[in-house]
Amino acid sequence: MSILVNADTRLVVQGITGREGNFHSRAMLEYGTPIVAGVTPGKGGQSALDGRVPVFDTMDEAVRQAGANASCVFVPAAGAPDAMLEAAEAGIPLIFCITEGIPALDMLRVYWVLRQQGVRLIGPNCPGATSVGQAKVGIIPGNIHRPGPVGLVSRSGTLTYEVVQAMTDAGVGQTTCVGIGGDPIVGTSFVDVLDMFNQDPETEAIVMIGEIGGDEEERAAAFCAREVRKPMAAFIAGRTAPAGRRMGHAGAIISGGAGTAESKRLALQAAGIAVADSPSQIPALLRAAGVR
Amino acid sequence: MKLQEFRSKEILARHGVPLIRGEVARTPEEARAAAERIGGPVVVKAQVLVGGRGKAGGVKLAVDPGEAEARAREIIGLVIKGVTVRTLLVAPAARIAREYYLGLILDRGGKTITIIASAEGGVEIEETAKANPAAILRLPLHPLIGLQRHNVRRVSFFLSIPPELRPAFAETLTALYAAFIGSDADLVEINPLVVTDDGQLLALDAKMVLDDSALARHPELESMRDLDEEEPSEAAAREAGINFIKLDGTIGCMVNGAGLAMTTMDLVKLAGGEPANFLDIGGGAKADRVAAAFRIILDDPNVRAILVNIFGGITRGDEVARGIVEARATLTRDVPMVVRIVGTNAEAAAAILRRANLITADSLDDAAAKAVAASREERP
Repeated sequence: MSILVNADTRLVVQGITGREGNFHSRAMLEYGTPIVAGVTPGKGGQSALDGRVPVFDTMDEAVRQAGANASCVFVPAAGAPDAMLEAAEAGIPLIFCITEGIPALDMLRVYWVLRQQGVRLIGPNCPGATSVGQAKVGIIPGNIHRPGPVGLVSRSGTLTYEVVQAMTDAGVGQTTCVGIGGDPIVGTSFVDVLDMFNQDPETEAIVMIGEIGGDEEERAAAFCAREVRKPMAAFIAGRTAPAGRRMGHAGAIISGGAGTAESKRLALQAAGIAVADSPSQIPALLRAAGVR
Repeated sequence: MKLQEFRSKEILARHGVPLIRGEVARTPEEARAAAERIGGPVVVKAQVLVGGRGKAGGVKLAVDPGEAEARAREIIGLVIKGVTVRTLLVAPAARIAREYYLGLILDRGGKTITIIASAEGGVEIEETAKANPAAILRLPLHPLIGLQRHNVRRVSFFLSIPPELRPAFAETLTALYAAFIGSDADLVEINPLVVTDDGQLLALDAKMVLDDSALARHPELESMRDLDEEEPSEAAAREAGINFIKLDGTIGCMVNGAGLAMTTMDLVKLAGGEPANFLDIGGGAKADRVAAAFRIILDDPNVRAILVNIFGGITRGDEVARGIVEARATLTRDVPMVVRIVGTNAEAAAAILRRANLITADSLDDAAAKAVAASREERP
């Protein structure tokens, strides 16, 4: 078992003929992800990835003709909100948006429209998700994983890879690794993913990688204290970040004294979650919590 | 992007917010001339992007043009939270009967735009929030239809706006909302919004923070960026497409990815050092971008060692290593360099780095420790 994606995923890539879309689609296909379609308006009837994936003009065709049930968006920021709305309109229940730099006011509209349509959105500005050995959607390198019992959820990209690599090197494998994205408005929160891991029988322990800004980690801590009985370990990036400066991610900013690494660490510890000082400590914290 | 008071007022005025705009002055003489044109008592206000300028002596009353010049002389050059005052706003002094706080924020938790209002204006809203939370109204707007008249009435009654000023208040809040939407703001704030003793509703101060991701569709707002208050190195980094923030330490950091960049800084600190910067070189680090990043880091004379941390991932590590070696050959100043490259082709990368006599590290903890040690070595 796993969450979000698996061998039954039938993926359509929006923006498959672009540089990023093409490159990462190839990596997804090589990992074994079933990519059933690509969409690039105006290139319908062509094919991508050496003829292995049919390209359609519209999401409607990708769903009706190729049976797509999940989408991965690589469309540039100016067109990504529309691409997500098109996917939802076509009946896609699960959308991953990799695109970064989407204006927040655009995301507000997309967030609520998708929510009303019952669509699960991961991202934007996220690396996607990998269910180890089954499917990967997005840009997480496939070769850093090892199958095992730990679910991982994170707000960042390369920091996620760093933690996954540290776990794999220490022999601690993963069920699914999910990056929810570093923007202020994202479709799926830590709490949403923690809830999925909590209900996934294969996931025996959970790692959460947070960062400064917002109060998602604090909300997650409250949720875990209430609902989660599986062992957990966490890391929060940005202990040295100064207030009022945006640290790369649009969401990573300490404002008005809120959203500091310290407040997040204290909230997690109060919920009984071990917080690492360095990503390298996470495997040991998991072992200490009884993870095989 | 944060905007100065005078820039924020320019935008709010355009959308119809009634306000006291004043005149911009960059010298004491200009302040005097502005006060002469305005006539009567004026307020001389430092234009800085940091908070707490009033307490720091950056806002002063002047009864006549001569005093305005004298106050301007005191304020120009004043250092407020590390920022030197270069620009002033000279505005007519208002006779205040009542003060309010009125703001709109992008509410990431509620996934909407939220109105924040308080009848206790003129002070920091965070202080009011702590001391007297009941004095603040937080009103989330419907995310798809936005500000409605019933929202406006609710705020107006909460603030006990006098009946004769309710139409003016409705216009002000509606204009404030239009400015928020029209400029893709993260925050728009009027503090204080005042009722003058002759019964006018006016914004005396204004603050706006714009969504960086939306600046591309507002070229006219991009030109409002305050380059005076920006580190030259940060401006250079922005030109090169690098995410960079200058800090006060001695260890320069070059990392791919924002979360990993913050983590690298944290581990430098944990190892007993101080990071000199935040630097995210972005995806697919090319040789020219690596070279630009090195130049920006070494521009800071405090930097005594550089820590490069690249998670190759989909980027090939050996390509990054080659880029680092090539870039280093073009640098005018040399400091010890600790390079850690993991992921795809990491072994080939390590061989290249060793041949170039760069210090390599296996883990991030190890890299941070080596960088801290290198920064403390005496250099000839």
